[in-house]
Amino acid sequence: MSVVEKVSEQLEQDPTVSAVVVRFAGDSGDGMQLTGSNFTEATALHGNDLATFPDFPAEIRAPAGATFGVSAFQIYFGSDEVTTAGDDVDVLVAMNPAALITNLKDLLPGGLIIADADAFTDKNLVRAGYQSNPLEDGSLDGFRVIIIEITKQVIASVEPYGLSHKFAVRCKNMWTLGLVMWLFDRDRSVTIENLEKKFASKPEIAQANIAALNAGHSYAETAELPSGVEVYRIPRAEVKPGLYRNATGTESLAYGLIAGGRLAEVPLTFASYPITPASSLLHTLAQHKEFDVVTFQAEDEIAAVCAAIGASFGGTLGITSSSGPGISLKGEAISLACATELPLVIVNTQRGGPSTGMPTKTEQSDLNQALFGRHADTTLPVIASSTPADCFDVAIESVRLATQFSTPVLLLSDGYLANASEPWLVPDLTQYEPFPVKFETEPEGFSPANRDPETLARVWAKPGTPGLEHRIGGIEKSYTTGDISYDPDNHQKMTDVRKAKVDNIENFIPEQTVSQGTATGKLALVGWGSTFGAIHQAVKRGRAQGQDVSHIHIRYLLPFPKNLGELLAGYDEILVPEMNTGQLVNVLRSKFLIDAKQLNKVSGQPFKIREITEAITKLLGESA
Amino acid sequence: MNAPQKLTLKDFSTDQEVRWCPGCGDYAILKTIQKLMPEIDTPKENTVFVSGIGCSSRFPYYMETYGFHTIHGRAPSIATGVKLANPELDVWVVTGDGDGLSIGGNHMMHVLRRNVDLQILLFNNEIYGLTKGQYSPTSKVGTKSPSTPDGSVDMPLRPARFALGAGARFVARTIDTEAKHMTPVLKRAHAHKGASFVEIYQNCPVYNDGIFDYIKDKKSAADSRLLLEHGAPLLFGEGQQKGLRLNLKSLQLEVVALGQDGVTLDDIVVHDETNLVLAQMLAGLSAPEFPEAIGVLYCQASESYEHSVYEQIKTVRAKKGIADFNEVLKQGHTWTVS
Ligand code: SF4
Repeated sequence: MSVVEKVSEQLEQDPTVSAVVVRFAGDSGDGMQLTGSNFTEATALHGNDLATFPDFPAEIRAPAGATFGVSAFQIYFGSDEVTTAGDDVDVLVAMNPAALITNLKDLLPGGLIIADADAFTDKNLVRAGYQSNPLEDGSLDGFRVIIIEITKQVIASVEPYGLSHKFAVRCKNMWTLGLVMWLFDRDRSVTIENLEKKFASKPEIAQANIAALNAGHSYAETAELPSGVEVYRIPRAEVKPGLYRNATGTESLAYGLIAGGRLAEVPLTFASYPITPASSLLHTLAQHKEFDVVTFQAEDEIAAVCAAIGASFGGTLGITSSSGPGISLKGEAISLACATELPLVIVNTQRGGPSTGMPTKTEQSDLNQALFGRHADTTLPVIASSTPADCFDVAIESVRLATQFSTPVLLLSDGYLANASEPWLVPDLTQYEPFPVKFETEPEGFSPANRDPETLARVWAKPGTPGLEHRIGGIEKSYTTGDISYDPDNHQKMTDVRKAKVDNIENFIPEQTVSQGTATGKLALVGWGSTFGAIHQAVKRGRAQGQDVSHIHIRYLLPFPKNLGELLAGYDEILVPEMNTGQLVNVLRSKFLIDAKQLNKVSGQPFKIREITEAITKLLGESA
Repeated sequence: MNAPQKLTLKDFSTDQEVRWCPGCGDYAILKTIQKLMPEIDTPKENTVFVSGIGCSSRFPYYMETYGFHTIHGRAPSIATGVKLANPELDVWVVTGDGDGLSIGGNHMMHVLRRNVDLQILLFNNEIYGLTKGQYSPTSKVGTKSPSTPDGSVDMPLRPARFALGAGARFVARTIDTEAKHMTPVLKRAHAHKGASFVEIYQNCPVYNDGIFDYIKDKKSAADSRLLLEHGAPLLFGEGQQKGLRLNLKSLQLEVVALGQDGVTLDDIVVHDETNLVLAQMLAGLSAPEFPEAIGVLYCQASESYEHSVYEQIKTVRAKKGIADFNEVLKQGHTWTVS
């Protein structure tokens, strides 16, 4: 059965499935990410809903043909709402044996493999761990395989441009992209534009790549592909009308921070130190200096957070960003920001840990760190984004909380959100409620200890303001004067007020809603962060089959929305899927004294919908 | 508008009780700086003192300006953030040998090489005072302390040499109790655009008393201090009868006596603040073999970091024009779903 037939058959059985998962896999030098992102763009323009999952190795350039150097890009697209990058792969593009051996396990039975025969050399086969050539030994019989001597085809197609062999072979990815674009009836014009832009200074390279793209496309059109492999048309998805663009979580997070700064009417100082997968936030913001953003690459993580704190003292909003290990280094300084009650945003793009762990893989294991990972009683708001597009709103929210409550705010994202992209309904900033910062200017009655009676926020008086000269610091301060104080009662009072200020935020955030399902029932899946897509789909499928299951996704992890406890009490069972060993679940248990169940995965890969579906069925089956 | 009232030392003193030990060199430095403030033309509200942790780092609490007493070693980073937020501010960093060169050594190196426009005052007392007397990275070999009861064995570093090595473009050295010397040095540091590094020999009477007596005591001072003046020969000693000559074979400075072995003033090296090689030689001189250099060792004008940052922003703005953020959101490939 061809992939087309298979999907059509699925469509008949289950009308909600009208989507395909394609995975491009090759050497880290094969340009798979570029291939994937161009295919994504074409797919978005085609009108499908989509989600992507770039999965690349930690090594920048692993030896050619090594399994640990395989770089993959997965895209799930269809005519229905898509919220994950897909469980199983329908079409696998394998540029070499290592890409095949490491990705075959995810391919559906009967799935389509497109392989470059030229890369299946003895050396590459051995390097990947094959005893014999899988393209010849019948081991792929359960799949449909298109074997093409891609390298040879490419060299022939780019010959007129006089490239060296090395550069000619590099056009392989575009040739393959052309072929896959034919398969899914995608328009090549955006890719052509992109190539022209990317290689603007080297027109011959641009032209060669375009020629390769077109050659791959016409090869598919004219060559004898195995029967059943033909153009497959996926209807447009029904999505909210409006202007769309593709955005990764990093992009929308960066834009959200800028937007937040504009709504708060305060410039931003973004200080960070390179770390995977958080660095791209620095790169993105560094390109937008025109919007009152100063970016600073510090000498280390500590300097980065300290510069951000200094910048907040100086009258801008300091923002720092890192991943788990870097956040550990920033811990002491974050406590200083808590003690001095300065606004600060800390973005943690989580990755697989502990220690260096798996820098390019995703995990949600820094929740405990965010909530508890500092010395002393240092409570600060913690919020998490759930989808690439959601990063925009969450970033704005982090700026709002930091500036309105004079507090550091920890924003949790993760490696998956940072790199994954989805169509993004372009927001209109004029539709957002501004929350302008009010800097103190009045010397009469001024004390650095003054607080807003409603928010309990400490006054923000920036240097340069006449008459407000004052000192702040890490030593405990008097509640009334702001002077150093070692008074026992005062320390109690200050500790209490710092906590009360953060707890009080529950009165300034929306109540928890049920993202899908009912407000009471048998089972609620409670998630946070990037598990949103997988939980959403699993719950959707469960509900379509009549299961009494709902989905609650928590953005505000500290403080929780006021109604959360009551809401959770309305379900017989609570299941908390997390990409860690059970961090939110412990908080829910201890805070609400409920017997919440856990579902955990720490493989560096996002949840598959199926894994959550199985857990739902198991739980509902047991409790029925 | 009335002419601004002339401020005095009092205007820069806070109501906070100063809590250093009696006789601490920090008192003298504080006085000198409070007195200096009205003489430099920065408005009080534009002055910021940032410190780390240690005895010296209590400093901001006693200055009636803006102040931030931060965490151990990080004052240079916090101050960098303050300058990035508002380059108009006049920012002073107060640190010590432990704060600035041990736990904060990395930040010190980078703030100097970046050339952030700060005045960095490093109070060097060659000891950890606040934590009760452990040896520090500037303690001489053999320093007995609670953590080194049998004497320290590791090599100390010389702050001024470190600063020059890190690329500082203003490096000076002065002495806690010598207001007459310190005041003009600090004025120079203040006038310099970029990171100005001033090492202040500071006596800690409680844990390391008298370590700088050789250079402070009238009797030994003449032979152990080399008072630097740009364009003047490197002379010292009673009646300025000794000097430093460059030994062309060893490429090192050597002490010579004027009038002996045919040595004349022409043989003596003339101080040139802009000469990095000379500054490095001067920074390394140690008593008793040599006199120790006091004054401005090195001063080389160059663009400050935050200035360049904002210049770059200006250029980008000019190039991109006044951009509408809503429009930026729509950049890239977009499509409309109707
Ligand atoms: S311990 Fe030494 S440096 Fe610290 S305050 Fe006392 S005398 Fe001054």
